[in-house]
Amino acid sequence: MRHSAATAVISLAAVMAAMTAFADGVGAEPSGKIYVSNEKSSSITVLDGRTHEVIDEFETCARPRGMHFNLDRRQFFVGCADDNVIAVYDTATAKLVHRIRKMEEPETFDLHPSGKWLVVSNEEDAAATKVNVASGKVEGEAELGEEPEGVLFTADGKTVYVASEANNLVHVIDFETMEVKADIFVGTRPRRFALTRDEKYLWVSAELAGEVDIIDTATNKVAWDILFLPPGFRREEVTPVDLLITRDGKTAYVALGRANHVGVVDVESRRITDYILVGKRPWGLALTRDESLLYVANGLSDDISIIDTGTHKVLKSIPVGMIPYGILIDD
Amino acid sequence: MRPSALVLMLLTLLPAVAAAAERESFTIGYLEIADDPRYAEVRSYTGLKLRTVHRPFPGAEVAARESRATGRALGLKLGLERRQAADVAGLAAEIRGMRDRAGIRFFLVDAAADALLALADATRDDGVLLFNISEPADRLRREDCRANVMHVVPSRAMLTDAMAQYLAARNWKRVLVLRGEQGQDAATVAAFERSARKFGLKIAAVKDFKLGNDPRNRARNNIALMTAEPDHDVLFLADGYGEFGRYVPYQTHLPRPVVGAQGLAAAAWHWAWERHGAPQLNQRFDRHAGREMKDADWAAWAAYKVIVEAVARSGGTDFDSVAAYLKGEALTFDAYKGNPASFRPWNNQLRQPILLHTHNAVAARAPLDGFLHRRDVLDTLGDDEPESKCRF
Repeated sequence: MRHSAATAVISLAAVMAAMTAFADGVGAEPSGKIYVSNEKSSSITVLDGRTHEVIDEFETCARPRGMHFNLDRRQFFVGCADDNVIAVYDTATAKLVHRIRKMEEPETFDLHPSGKWLVVSNEEDAAATKVNVASGKVEGEAELGEEPEGVLFTADGKTVYVASEANNLVHVIDFETMEVKADIFVGTRPRRFALTRDEKYLWVSAELAGEVDIIDTATNKVAWDILFLPPGFRREEVTPVDLLITRDGKTAYVALGRANHVGVVDVESRRITDYILVGKRPWGLALTRDESLLYVANGLSDDISIIDTGTHKVLKSIPVGMIPYGILIDD
Repeated sequence: MRPSALVLMLLTLLPAVAAAAERESFTIGYLEIADDPRYAEVRSYTGLKLRTVHRPFPGAEVAARESRATGRALGLKLGLERRQAADVAGLAAEIRGMRDRAGIRFFLVDAAADALLALADATRDDGVLLFNISEPADRLRREDCRANVMHVVPSRAMLTDAMAQYLAARNWKRVLVLRGEQGQDAATVAAFERSARKFGLKIAAVKDFKLGNDPRNRARNNIALMTAEPDHDVLFLADGYGEFGRYVPYQTHLPRPVVGAQGLAAAAWHWAWERHGAPQLNQRFDRHAGREMKDADWAAWAAYKVIVEAVARSGGTDFDSVAAYLKGEALTFDAYKGNPASFRPWNNQLRQPILLHTHNAVAARAPLDGFLHRRDVLDTLGDDEPESKCRF
């Protein structure tokens, strides 16, 4: 997985392209930094987006996992389950701005399109909470299944989806009232979401079923599933977690966990077009703004794989902290 | 890449609250024997407590709490009812009473082998399904298997197979076995000998130990003497009581690791297991019961959860459909140990990974890499179909 000189050049060019593509951003000038949360070493690794060198690793709160930018990307949030805290950092300087305390085991979360609220899955509390970003106050709570995991807002901010790992449910929640509108049974151990561009379909990874279930958002029923099986693997070795759909809505990337691959899916036909070998137990995924590079957090080899999305080749793998979980790219 | 088979069985809940009042109830029974000797406190000399064994009921309670949201989604009020009786006849009467009064058909049973077997026979024609949550006896999965008993807790053979895989993987192939005087110790050694043959280990010798200081009996009570020869790579200790075994590590003649009753042990569950969602389950259990989760606690939890899973996936509470789903190939149960778990059709044993742990860490998860199987690597642990002696 080490990069050759030739691919390094391509890599550099791709990064340069990524760095100059920030013009459509809404906020500050990007710092070019890449932040990686390491859940076991309770630290955040900082990479230089151009050189892919590790420029810093600093201690954060305990068991950091989900990360998210605020609306103008000047700050980012880090959920720390073992400290019951969401830490807020300055994106440019990586300095701690403040902490939102008394969050019950925050694992992952999503930012409301207005930027004013987070909806946080509270892993040990069987609930999702609505948190006011400015005040840090909890303004609502939905009672869910155990081990709530992935959280995703619709673009209009009216609906938020939360997965319950232990109950094999996707909860459809009305954001205004935080009432559960529907509970949808999906494959075993649902983890993360992606919405298609038109929001007609919600994709959800089912870790133990080895599949992605596709929910029709009009009927709240599972309409299809995509079973992943890289060549040479057994069904039980394929454990999809994070997934992303590109901005053009055409391609999905799915991190396949114990299968050590990233699956590539053509969204329209729902066909798997490729499997890309990465490090050990990939979970977290992130795309650069121009989507030329895909970053993959390999939880059990303590490194990050960088994939050229044009060639599906791994350009480089970079050692980070222990059990890397989430990736944020400020480009 | 197929249209979802799930579609038919999916239930979408309309306003969650509206239906709550008139929800149908679905209750799972929980049975135990009063004065079960397995839960008697065993005190050693000077009042030391060598083992504390707790009844596994809190495992079922944690599962019932966890399942509330599933109940909401199914429009069912899920319940758990615990009954205790002095003997098998009493438990059989409880089963019939709960079935007739509340329609309860699925029962978690915490009972030792003889009682469990007698209960299965007594209720054979009652249209109920029993779940063994605490008895590892291999005979219940072999000649004494019953079609109306599902085994959630691993068999002794699964545990010793896991250990044998570990020793084979490390190339610690010559094993000296020390065997205690309890009935279980003989069963453990018999299971280990079978596992050793299966995975190519060599038993250097099996030696019976006896508690005591009698110098005339030192060939059976002197640890250094017993462990001097024949030479071996590792020592396997079968000691259900624990008084002899706790002095074996660090007192052997040769510097050899000790496994089994001391040192590295095989188990269904461990509090230090940190993958596949285990920390969350361990924390939930600890918060509820105020102690660590043990094998039988885990099995009680898993038994409740797997029944609820079958209700959800089979689309209703009809006994025959739920039982058929439980025994079928479609079951993909999340046992919090990585591989999807399901029941072996040839002996009703839940196939599942086994954890190999020290006092504070899980060293490995069996099946270990490299132990392959034509269908499911989990079937490298315990009795496989071709050699199964179970005839329903």
